[in-house]
Amino acid sequence: MNQSKIEVKDLNLSIGNQHILKNINCKIPSRKITVILGSSGCGKSTLLKSMNRLTDLYPKVKISGDILLNNQGIFGKEVEVTDLRKKMGLMSQRPAPLPMSIFDNVAYGLRISGRKKKLQMKLRVEYYLKVVNLWDEVKDRLKAPASSLSIGQQQRLCLARGLAVDPELILADEPTSALDPLSSQVIEKKFMELKDSFTIVWVTHTLRQAKRMADHVIFMYLGEIIEQGPAEEFFNNPQHEITKNFLNGSFN
Amino acid sequence: MTALSLKRIYQDKLNTVVMIMALTLVITTPLIIFASLYTKSSMLFASDHSLWDLLFSSAWEPTKGKFGFLPFIISSIEITILSVIIAAPICFLVAIHLTQYAKHWFVKIMYPVTDILAGIPSVVYGVWGILVVVPLVSDVIAPFFGIQTTGYTLLTGAIVLSIMIIPFILNILIEILNTVPFELTEAGLSLGSTRWQVIKHIILKKAKPGIISAFGLGIARAFGETIAVLMVAGNVIKIPDGLFSASYPLPALIANNYGEMMSIPLYDSALMFGALILFVTIFLFNLVSRIVIYRLERSL
Ligand SMILES: Nc1ncnc2c1ncn2[C@@H]1O[C@H](COP(=O)(O)OP(=O)(O)OP(=O)(O)O)[C@@H](O)[C@H]1O
Ligand SMILES: [Mg+2]
Repeated sequence: MNQSKIEVKDLNLSIGNQHILKNINCKIPSRKITVILGSSGCGKSTLLKSMNRLTDLYPKVKISGDILLNNQGIFGKEVEVTDLRKKMGLMSQRPAPLPMSIFDNVAYGLRISGRKKKLQMKLRVEYYLKVVNLWDEVKDRLKAPASSLSIGQQQRLCLARGLAVDPELILADEPTSALDPLSSQVIEKKFMELKDSFTIVWVTHTLRQAKRMADHVIFMYLGEIIEQGPAEEFFNNPQHEITKNFLNGSFN
Repeated sequence: MTALSLKRIYQDKLNTVVMIMALTLVITTPLIIFASLYTKSSMLFASDHSLWDLLFSSAWEPTKGKFGFLPFIISSIEITILSVIIAAPICFLVAIHLTQYAKHWFVKIMYPVTDILAGIPSVVYGVWGILVVVPLVSDVIAPFFGIQTTGYTLLTGAIVLSIMIIPFILNILIEILNTVPFELTEAGLSLGSTRWQVIKHIILKKAKPGIISAFGLGIARAFGETIAVLMVAGNVIKIPDGLFSASYPLPALIANNYGEMMSIPLYDSALMFGALILFVTIFLFNLVSRIVIYRLERSL
């Protein structure tokens, strides 16, 4: 039995004549936090978004190789891309609340997948808002526009919204980079709890955050994976020269 | 203090003064226009014309001192509404296609094309209307409904006007749809929406105030458009009684008659009053749509 949730095989991605991901091979273990680490512009977001095929939307994109989710290719013709995407909750760098109320933000995903019963909907929305510790702060103003929340609250709302469609994975693209330290801590803590039930891919360029959170690390540099492995090994016994430089901060 | 720094201080002061003057000019121009139009047309009120009669009477007999603007007002309203009804769905669909679905190269071609279309002088649209739309209406569309007409009709004016405002509205719509952050599309898709659901539930909702403003500006533009409409709309003074009836919008009235027949008493005041109606309507229209936009933005 294969323990990895996602397996990337010889993935190459280019936009126009710019080669952005080069021969990517990696595995994302189940129910752990895998951190994709690397400096700005190395292709972390692109790798993350190719996992739920948001990269399909890029103009002039060319993709070769394969990505397996639960041992099945995601690029195949028989794959229903909306189903694929629903299996992976996405959190972006800046929170992107939908232009509707707090309640509707969480309910949206449920509604479009055809769940309509009112009472059940209420219970579910409440449940997921509680999961992200937002319920007490918003229970009196569920009808208020989501944009009226603070950035930190918005980001938690986005997490609740993603969890509500019952995904298997959470793809988090530097979800704390726009937040104040306290809100970041809340999010980080939440993810540490969530990893027992979800497979988490967490993108960051900050080494300290990676050390705090990672069970497994994928280190990227200029579109390539330089090194990957369990966090312990990666941080204590890096193999590659570039990794060593990155880890002791003499990196440019 | 050195000469150089003195010079700088003077330059700064001068800049500030010039900027304030420019700003004052921009802000006061509408006020000045309003004031002069009002002063001139107030002579009508002084000589026993009630506002009610001016706006809601359809008796237009300048030689007898009767100035009922209703035919022109109705013509303007009808031609404007009709042109926006024709233009709206086209603009809407094209804007959605260009911003959400179209291939990169096609978008790149279309942007300058709409810019060019928006920049064509309106008299050219008028000539084109006479050459193409007038015969189209008189030989094809009207006979289809069993009606005989010269082709110079309300419908003709509305068609030409809609063609004119399409690139204008389209440009604004595209700009507005492009301001919707891409992250929202990504968020919607990753919740399992189809592309169309994202557009319908998220992008259009987010852009709603902007979309309303685009059409609001389009309406204001259509309401004030003069020359192209004047050339094809028929210019017969009566309340239009159907699509194939001639019409005579306000701007056409002013453009056709100002400077002529000025010997008739109060005639120039009446035309000024017409201009005042146009000015106030367009002004109010902009104001109201801004308020709507403001409200909507706050509620999202
Ligand atoms: N849509 C696009 N079109 C063209 N180039 C792109 C596009 N998206 C990303 N790139 C390029 O691909 C490279 C990798 O981008 P990516 O966003 O994946 O990096 P990243 O590691 O996430 O960086 P950051 O930490 O700044 O978010 C960059 O050089 C970027 O300029
Ligand atoms: Mg990124």
